[in-house]
Amino acid sequence: MTFSAFKETAMKVVFAVTAAVFILCVIVICVFIFARSVPAIGEIGLFEFLFSTEWAPNNTPASYGIGTMIVGTCFVTAGALVIGVPIGLLMAAFMARYCPKPLYKVMKPMTNILAGIPSIVYGYFGMMVIAPLIRDNFGGTGYSILTASIVLGIMILPTVIGVSESALRALPNTYYEGALALGATHEHAVFMTEFPAARSGILTSVVLGLGRVVGETMAVVMIVGNSTALPDSLLDGVRTMTSHIVLELGYATDLHRGALIATAAVLFVFILFINLLIVAIRRKGRAK
Amino acid sequence: MIRPELRQNVYIRGDAATPKFRVRELDLFYGTFQALKSVDMDIEANEITALIGPSGCGKSTFLKTLDRMNDIIPGCRISGKVELDGADIYAGGMDVNLLRKRVGMVFQKPNPFPASVYDNIAYGPKTHGVRKKSELDDIVESSLRRAAIWDELKDRLKKSALGLSGGQQQRLCIARALAVKPDVLLMDEPTSALDPISTGKIEELAQELKKDYTIVIVTHNMQQAARISDKTGFFLLGELIEFGGTDEVFDAPREKRTEDYITGRFG
Ligand SMILES: Nc1ncnc2c1ncn2[C@@H]1O[C@H](COP(=O)(O)OP(=O)(O)OP(=O)(O)O)[C@@H](O)[C@H]1O
Ligand SMILES: [Mg+2]
Repeated sequence: MTFSAFKETAMKVVFAVTAAVFILCVIVICVFIFARSVPAIGEIGLFEFLFSTEWAPNNTPASYGIGTMIVGTCFVTAGALVIGVPIGLLMAAFMARYCPKPLYKVMKPMTNILAGIPSIVYGYFGMMVIAPLIRDNFGGTGYSILTASIVLGIMILPTVIGVSESALRALPNTYYEGALALGATHEHAVFMTEFPAARSGILTSVVLGLGRVVGETMAVVMIVGNSTALPDSLLDGVRTMTSHIVLELGYATDLHRGALIATAAVLFVFILFINLLIVAIRRKGRAK
Repeated sequence: MIRPELRQNVYIRGDAATPKFRVRELDLFYGTFQALKSVDMDIEANEITALIGPSGCGKSTFLKTLDRMNDIIPGCRISGKVELDGADIYAGGMDVNLLRKRVGMVFQKPNPFPASVYDNIAYGPKTHGVRKKSELDDIVESSLRRAAIWDELKDRLKKSALGLSGGQQQRLCIARALAVKPDVLLMDEPTSALDPISTGKIEELAQELKKDYTIVIVTHNMQQAARISDKTGFFLLGELIEFGGTDEVFDAPREKRTEDYITGRFG
């Protein structure tokens, strides 16, 4: 065997091993989560587990319903998207199509910094700035769905801006020129022609942001209030699935622990679904 | 600015005194590079004017000055005069969007929007404030009919325009330009990406359209220019070397350089 042939074989082996380890990791995580959660869910009852809003592991008999947490995750996620997506898309349009070069040189690194800030810092910012603002202006404890939505809305900005901006930049010039040649203004060409043309990239940015919010833990647990009761308003605290797990996993045992791991499994299914959504959007975008 | 409804009464068809476009001493610079040198040209209404010349001589550049698409090119400056129906289009009060509505443009590469056939055609009218569904329906049908592509597309109005053939896309783009009711149509090598049959259809279409529109077409195809145009302008290195009736330019050019180009001795 020549040396170069040997090198090629060696590289093949390295790649194969790397791929195998990677796939193994995914399988092990899945097996671990589902092996622990299936018996727990079996004991609690799937319907009871998902839809009951009663979470009381210390009662006799104990009840393990994570309905409230699912609702909490949905509210916080929707709130974060309502706040983050419009701002993010406008910023993306600004950065890609309006921003003068010198300003862009400042703005782009700033969005990158925003993306790199650890989530505990966002949580701290939420506690120190947003929560008091909400408390003083709207009442309540300040630790609420609204607070978490605002902070998470800011957190997803870099994702929404970055992905949407590159989607806009990747468009050929011809759509813009075509629109202008029909007498459209710059605004019209950007928002009515280029946005729809870049829709698959823009949707992807939103879904990526969605994934980030659903999975976010540290920032949320610091500002969301963590109450296990169903919320009455945006100013009430809730628990998301992530904050629920992190709050109780440390001391939980037996079925309690199993129920928390099963919560992780539900979260896992959520994220899986979001990823499938991204794949579907990409595929649709490519088919065009 | 002239109000469109007035204009139609004032400049009746074939008014010999006022050409559609009157271009005088037009210079254009990309940065320091001069791409057009003192171009004078009168473009008559209801005629097809062909622009020919070797690659890089400034045909596309000249065409863009007629609907101010050069405005979006950074570092592009012009001096001189371009008048449309007697009004200077580079004057202060000119509404560029309205100008581009009046002067439509068809590009070398068909560039339909990634949307349905219907939405492509309706885009322009919607941009200019047409909201009523029935009115949009009418415009879509009449524009596609004008572009001689209604029969091919009437059953796929809701289908993506990107699924059409290149020739169909280009006629769709012509229909899209017609939908905003322009009175001039600029076409930059509209058939260079098409097969001979599609090309023939577009040439036929141009002949048909000149009854109602003023057409300026850039082409590298000498036969095409000779076949369809009334006037021909020959550009070389940013200068308009010769401009006149197509028959004279092709049969008895005044300039040696024109003759050399047409007979294929260079370019
Ligand atoms: N955006 C631009 N910036 C700088 N120079 C340009 C720009 N566009 C065109 N030019 C230059 O201006 C000259 C004329 O270009 P133009 O595109 O008008 O040529 P053309 O006659 O249309 O050529 P072709 O037949 O290849 O399309 C060329 O030398 C070209 O390099
Ligand atoms: Mg050209």
